[in-house]
Amino acid sequence: MSDSYARITKDGLWDNNIVFAQILGMCPTMAVTSSATNGLGMGLATTAVLVAANALVSAARDFISPDVRIPVYIVLIATLVTLVDVSLNAWAHDLYKVLGLYIALIVANCAVLGRAEAFAAKNGVGASAMDGLMMGLGFTFALTTIGGIREVLGAGTLFANAHLLLGSAFAFLETTVIPDYKGYLLMILPPGGFMVLGFLLAGRRVIESRRAARAEALALAASAT
Amino acid sequence: MKLEELRGKLGYQGILLGGVALLTSAALAYAASITEADIKAAEAADLKQSLTQVLPGEYENDLLKDTIALPGKEGEVLVYRGRRAGNVEAVVYRVVGHGYAGNIVCVMGVSREGKILGVRVISHKETPGLGDKIEPAKSDWIHSFEGKWLGEPLAEKWAVKKDGGVFDQFAGATITPRGVVNAVKGGLEFFEANRTALLEGAVAEGVKHE
Repeated sequence: MSDSYARITKDGLWDNNIVFAQILGMCPTMAVTSSATNGLGMGLATTAVLVAANALVSAARDFISPDVRIPVYIVLIATLVTLVDVSLNAWAHDLYKVLGLYIALIVANCAVLGRAEAFAAKNGVGASAMDGLMMGLGFTFALTTIGGIREVLGAGTLFANAHLLLGSAFAFLETTVIPDYKGYLLMILPPGGFMVLGFLLAGRRVIESRRAARAEALALAASAT
Repeated sequence: MKLEELRGKLGYQGILLGGVALLTSAALAYAASITEADIKAAEAADLKQSLTQVLPGEYENDLLKDTIALPGKEGEVLVYRGRRAGNVEAVVYRVVGHGYAGNIVCVMGVSREGKILGVRVISHKETPGLGDKIEPAKSDWIHSFEGKWLGEPLAEKWAVKKDGGVFDQFAGATITPRGVVNAVKGGLEFFEANRTALLEGAVAEGVKHE
């Protein structure tokens, strides 16, 4: 059992990462990653929805007819997103002002439906919740990375306005990487998102192919002896 | 009958969908009812904060409760009034400009004499890095309205420099500041047109001393 949890963790964070491997959820990925803070906030909100949606779908999986599963999943996910939306608006209003526009976009994130369909519908509640958590953290990692790169190149700062998202205790995260930077607008605008994502995907490919080559060499060496 | 057989039946599927819809609607209705008051309070606090930004100084009344609605060029304008010793000393209202990418919503504060106390942009969709210099966090431009009125500069000079006026435009973005200047000018004209109604509105107009 612990082995499969390790598998789920590795899948979510790297091997099957929503953005870097599955290339899903591109709409929120491009829309919010103009800064690291926005990416982090969107990632965390999506994680909450992923965990809840996976757990709910998994718990109800015996009752849901395969023929009508998609509308049921969509209604469940849309409800969860709306619950997150109104509770943030009511109890974390400053955060809502930063993220409010994007919360509704979580419904349109096909990764949430994808995990319900591909994992939660076939696995237990614990494993499904774990899968949601790890997929969500992988998504958060991807969004924060893209946002960070775009923010440093585009505005010369990193984690600007982090105190709005995480509270004033995290104000120390806000750093000016390049002082007196005039800004590079292209990186903040949507094309910058596509460019950064392209380079990151290429980088991931390089790492993966090096790994594969090394594994192959090891296997060869092992069979030779 | 087993659950697996049941799941294939059309009736079960209909009931399932109906049940899911019912449960989720109930959850949403409950969430809406418990968050409604908090959301309203948070929005009122937001509004109050944006009002106090364009109305420096102290006023004796609660601005949110002393309001008057007057017809403007583009529908009804809700005006918030600040009083000292019972007199209306300043008014705040919303004006909408047409920018490069949709509406630019501003609030402006105007003193009893018709001079601008302050202008702030509440929401806009202008290009980041070019048009967003209308935000006070990005540039001081929005403060250039303070102290201005319809006689200073003269009406024809209420425009960006490119159009022969006195207000700066931004490098790469003329439409955005032009939209804001026009909106503010329209707001001052609204003040002049309704001066009496705005300033002489009786205390009975819904003022509550608390």
